Order: sequence, then C-alpha cells, then structure tokens
Amino acid sequence: MADLLIRGGTVVDATGSRVADVLVRGGRIVEVAEGIDVPTGKKARTLDAGGCLVAPGLVDLHAHLRQPGREEAETVETASRAAALGGYTAVVAMPNTDPAIDSAGVVREVLELGRDALCRVAVAGAITVGRNGQRLAPIGEMAALGVRLFTDDGAGVQDGRLMRRALEYASAFPGVRLAQHCEDASLATGGHMHEGEWSSRLGIPGIPAEAEDVMVMRDIALCRLTGAPVHFLHLSTAGSVELVRRAKAAGLAVTAEAAPHHLVLTDAECASYDPVFKVNPPLRSPADVDAVRAGCADGSIDAIATDHAPHELELKEQAFDEAPPGMLGLETALPLALEALGAVGMAPADVLALMSWRPAAIAGLDALGQGGPIAAGAVANLCVVDPDAAWVVDPLRLASLSRNTPYAGRKVIGRSRHTILAGEPVVVDAEAQR
Amino acid sequence: MRHLLSVADLGVDGIEEVMRVTDSFVEVSERSIPKVPALRGKTIVSLFYEDSTRTRLSFETAAKRLSADTMNFSVSSSSVKKGESLRDTVLTIEAMGIDAVVVRHASAGVPWQVANWVDAAVINAGDGWHEHPTQALLDCYTIRKEHPARSLAGLHVAIVGDVKHSRVARSDVLAFTLLGARVTLVAPPTLLPPSLEGWPVKVSHDIGGVLPDVDVVYLLRMQKERQTEALLPSLREYTAMYGLTRRRAALLPDDAIVMHPGPMNRGVEIAAEVADLPRSVITRQVANGVAVRMAVLFLMLAANPKEVAVLDG
Repeated sequence: MADLLIRGGTVVDATGSRVADVLVRGGRIVEVAEGIDVPTGKKARTLDAGGCLVAPGLVDLHAHLRQPGREEAETVETASRAAALGGYTAVVAMPNTDPAIDSAGVVREVLELGRDALCRVAVAGAITVGRNGQRLAPIGEMAALGVRLFTDDGAGVQDGRLMRRALEYASAFPGVRLAQHCEDASLATGGHMHEGEWSSRLGIPGIPAEAEDVMVMRDIALCRLTGAPVHFLHLSTAGSVELVRRAKAAGLAVTAEAAPHHLVLTDAECASYDPVFKVNPPLRSPADVDAVRAGCADGSIDAIATDHAPHELELKEQAFDEAPPGMLGLETALPLALEALGAVGMAPADVLALMSWRPAAIAGLDALGQGGPIAAGAVANLCVVDPDAAWVVDPLRLASLSRNTPYAGRKVIGRSRHTILAGEPVVVDAEAQR
Repeated sequence: MRHLLSVADLGVDGIEEVMRVTDSFVEVSERSIPKVPALRGKTIVSLFYEDSTRTRLSFETAAKRLSADTMNFSVSSSSVKKGESLRDTVLTIEAMGIDAVVVRHASAGVPWQVANWVDAAVINAGDGWHEHPTQALLDCYTIRKEHPARSLAGLHVAIVGDVKHSRVARSDVLAFTLLGARVTLVAPPTLLPPSLEGWPVKVSHDIGGVLPDVDVVYLLRMQKERQTEALLPSLREYTAMYGLTRRRAALLPDDAIVMHPGPMNRGVEIAAEVADLPRSVITRQVANGVAVRMAVLFLMLAANPKEVAVLDG
C-alpha cells in the first residue's frame, strides 16, 4: 500500500487540536507535523483536508446490522459501508439478530462477516439466552472472543435479581460491561410513542418517560450493590439523564449514550402518523430533548450512539402501531450531532469526543487502535470531517439496504469527507472506495 | 372537501355546510323511494379492517341512496399480517378505479396514511382511539334537531365514560366546542387521556354533580376489557360510580337529552329504562347517521355540490 498523506487539516483527538498533516504508512500513522513533504521518488496518495478536522474514526456503540436473520433489511457489509460513509471506523453490532448473538458460535459468525467490512465490526453479546430474560448467556465464552459489551437491547432485563446476578458474574471478566435498554415492560407494553400531550391527541397508546426512569434507577442501585459497571443505552428522558448525572457525582461506574434522533426530533413528529418516526425509546418532548442535549454538554452522557435500526420498506408501510420501531442513523449521525450539540455551545471537537474516543473506551476498542490518539505509531483509523459541508438527506442515496430515515429532504451541515480504516482510504470525498 | 380525516378539518363553516345539506337528505330519506341519482357512476369502497356492521351499513345505505356503486373490502387484521402491506392493499383497490374509500382501522392514523397513497377521496370511518368524524357530525346534527335550543352554541355537554379509548369522544370534543358548546368529561382518571393539554374541556369525577347542569349527556360504551387492564375494579363499580341510572337521570334538566354512539351496554353505562326514555335520542342518532353520510359523500363527490337541483332526480 502506498503512503497516504492527509494534508492541510486540523488534527483533533483526546489530547487537543493542532494544525498538522498526517502521514500514514503500512496502516499506521508515522508522522504528524506541519508541512510534511513526501520524499521524491516515494509513491504517496494525498488526501486534501483543507478546512477539515482530522479526527480518530468515529465509533458507534449501538448499531443493528440485522445479520444473521434479516439480510433483506441490512447486512454487515452494507451497514459497514453506511458506517464508513458516516465517518465511522468501528461499530458495535447489537445482538438482537435471528438467532440472537448469545453464544460463541454466533459471535464468531458475525466477526467473520465483519472481517472484510468497511469498518471494524465489534460484537455485543446477549446477557440472557435468546434475549428472553430467563437464563444467563455464556458471557465468559463470548468475552474470550473479545466481546466487551453485553446487552439484551431491544428489551431491558426485567428481572432485577437476574440483572444483579449478570452484573456480579460478568465482573470476573476484565473490561466487560453490561449495557441496558432501560424500559420497564410493565409500564411500557402496548405503547407506541411517548406518552403525553401528543399521544393523547393522536389516540396512539403511549410509553411514559417513567418506564425508562424506573429501570435506570434500579440499575444505578444494582451498580452500587455489585460495583460492576453499567452502560445505559439510548437515554431519552430528562429524568434518566438527571439520575445518571447524580450517579456519576456519587462516583458510581455508570456510562450513558444518547441517540442523534433524541437530540433533534420530538414526539410532535408522530402527528404525521408516518411510522418512520416510530422508534424505541420513542421520540420525547421538547423538554426531554433539551435535557439530553444538556446531558451531552455537561458530561452526564458519554457518547452519541446511532441505534441504527434498518427496516424493510414494507414494514414501515403499515399502521403506526403495527410497524416495528427503529430508524437509520449511521450516515446522518455526525451532522445531526454537530447541529444539536452546537446549539448548546459544544465545539465540533467536543462533539467528536462523544462520537469517537469516549465510546471507544467504553467498548474497549481503544485497545484495538480506535478512538485515537493521532500520533506516530498509532493505527490509522481516521475520519476527515468537513464541518461546513451542506447536503440534503436523500433516502435513495443512502448506502444502507433500508430507507427508513426520518430525515428525508432535510438539509444538514457537516460530513465525513474521507474515512481511513487501518490506513486504507475506504471513503474518499464522500464516496465509498469499495 | 378533498378528504374527511378529522372533523376539525371542516371548521365551523364546513360543519354548517354538512348540516345544511343533511337537511335536504333527511327529506330524501322520507320519500317513498328514498333515492337520488346524485352520485350515479361513482364508486365508493368500504375498506374495513375492523368489524363494524353499523358504520359500514350506514355508509353503504348512504351511498346507495345517492345511486353510487359500492364495494366492500373487509379484512381481518390477521389476514393482513400474512403478507400484504397496508399500502399494497390500498393501491390494489385504487387500481380498480374508485372515487372514494371509506376507511375503518383499529390503528390511529391509517386514514392519513391512505390519503398520502391514493388519489381517491378518503373518509375516516374511525381510526383506533383517534377520530370518528362522521359520528361527530351526526351527533351535532342530532343535538340541533333534538334539543330545543336548535343550536350547540352555549349548550353544556357532558361526555361520560371511557374517553381515553374513544375516537367518538375525540371527534365530539372537537366538533362540539367548534360549534360553541361547553364540554365536561366525566370519567375515572384511568379512563381519561394521560394529558388533556390543549383540550378545551373541563373534567369531573362526579356525575351526580354534573348532571343538573347539562343540556346533553353523552354516554360512551364501556368495554369489559377495561377490568382486566386494571383500569377499573369492576363494571359493577363503574355503574355504581358513573352509570346513568334511573335515579341519576332524574337529576337532568327537563330539556336535556341522552345520547350514545352504540352499541349500548344496557345496565352498565346506561340503565335499560333510561335508554327508553323520550329524552333518549339514540335511535335518532342512527337515523341521522345515514343522512349525514349522504351529505358528506355528496359534498365530496358530486360534480357540482352547489347544485341542489340534483336532489330532485
């Protein structure tokens, strides 16, 4: 592979920012300095980064790749292309596949599918067999294959005693962290959107914010009891953000993520009755959106995670309460996060922290060359972000196999221009290279 | 009027227009041959995803009295789950060449989705808990006919019962308040919507305290399932706390009327003898339903709805 020179950008990572070129050789960064010249006679490919931020590749803690089982909606390969176009160099595949990722065998299968993908594919394992919330899955065997996050995402572990045991059991394995989809089924079942003014008017059964709050509260208590770390997936309510804020202030080992759609869309969107706005947790009230943004700004929330959830077109052409929840996210997360968090005063570099090095640390991917730093010797997993690029979301031009983006026709600002995976430019000028 | 999805879309003027045209069709319905050629050559499809013999028959009768061709497409939701998406079903029906589709579905919002997919006129015949605009129109018409005030302006209407799950209540609140009535919802807190933000209504949990002050008491159907969902201790307790018993009916002012969208549960929300009192106008609601639906179909589909002469066919 020829050398790669990323020229003219501002390098940002956990250590700060500086104007510098980045020279990549053999998959690794070999030099970060101003005005690097390629020695004459050496072959080098130059990528223009003028006006751009050169950052560690984005890391998504939460993507539904749908493989195995629902290859009509998405595959590891298509999702990885969408991810690369979105600036991601790593995604964590959620285990609610068919079969669920609840055994070493399925972990191996998904890792194998991801071997030649356009980003690194890490795997989250299920906490319970079949994600049924009944019996512990073989967490140790999966951890031995490198799995670091475990979750029954799609549903929360309802049984408090089982969750306690899972936390205790998993604490034997270094770096392993349980992640919860916080939703108390007894309060949420039957609901299809946020419960409140809009659900009341629209006649759609609601899911109260408290269904999330109650489980966050329980798992904070279980974190205190067991001392095991807990990661909260897709926080969507003002109540749960405040609970996590207090738990962190009390020194508990909790981390949290928020999804881009919970930063930019509200339950009022459901008035269209278009199931493309149906998602779980549901789009919440404007006050919740403000609280989630504030949680990102003050560090209560550690990461932006897409909850990329592809669905076949026909499944979203059903009645609102019959359609499955979920929306695409990988290709639109970056501009939406920049927009929503810029509005609360976060600089682009601070937003990138929530999308790259902080999630990389939560998923243990920092040890595998994700999330920076951008320094000589590091694996060259990079994205070159043009924070001023304006574009319009066109569902037909997305790389995902599915089309269920709620942002069709929306003008967004900010785009990953180039994405470099272990030294390979997999996306150049917003075009996938394979 | 392109579609009739929410009764609020009509506005005051639109509702008044439906009322005026309904008067003409009430007259048609009283003829020995209650049929006019107003919609000859038009095709109206009933797309009912939920069992509803009453509403379907009412629309069908209305369409036939206007000389329209009618088709029925009844689907149980289970057969839909076997494959065809809602959109495919609707596009299939439209491909047969239709002018209007009357949609009933257990899910809120389906008529809005259908209206986005087809060129035909869409009439909402009830969507989940959300709306039932023609019911609200026939209720407005019935109040104007049956209450001595001959108008809803200034009347006090109590809507009693399971408001939370009621499309009738949502449409009635919109229509009654548009026409100037005051509305009080009377229900246990578990059977009210979680939020009433933006609803121009008062709420009471004391039916006995409300009845002496109302001009119309509108009872909603109480379903047995509400007990199993822990929304009510029992139907017996509901009757004891909120039912329109004979004793409670005696609290009503002399002119007050009793309404119900049907089907009634005699002995639950309404005592059998109250349903049969002269002040109960429940069967007249049904009769007016046909004329109101004729008016709606006529206004939406007639080549020239302003031309009243067409009624003399």
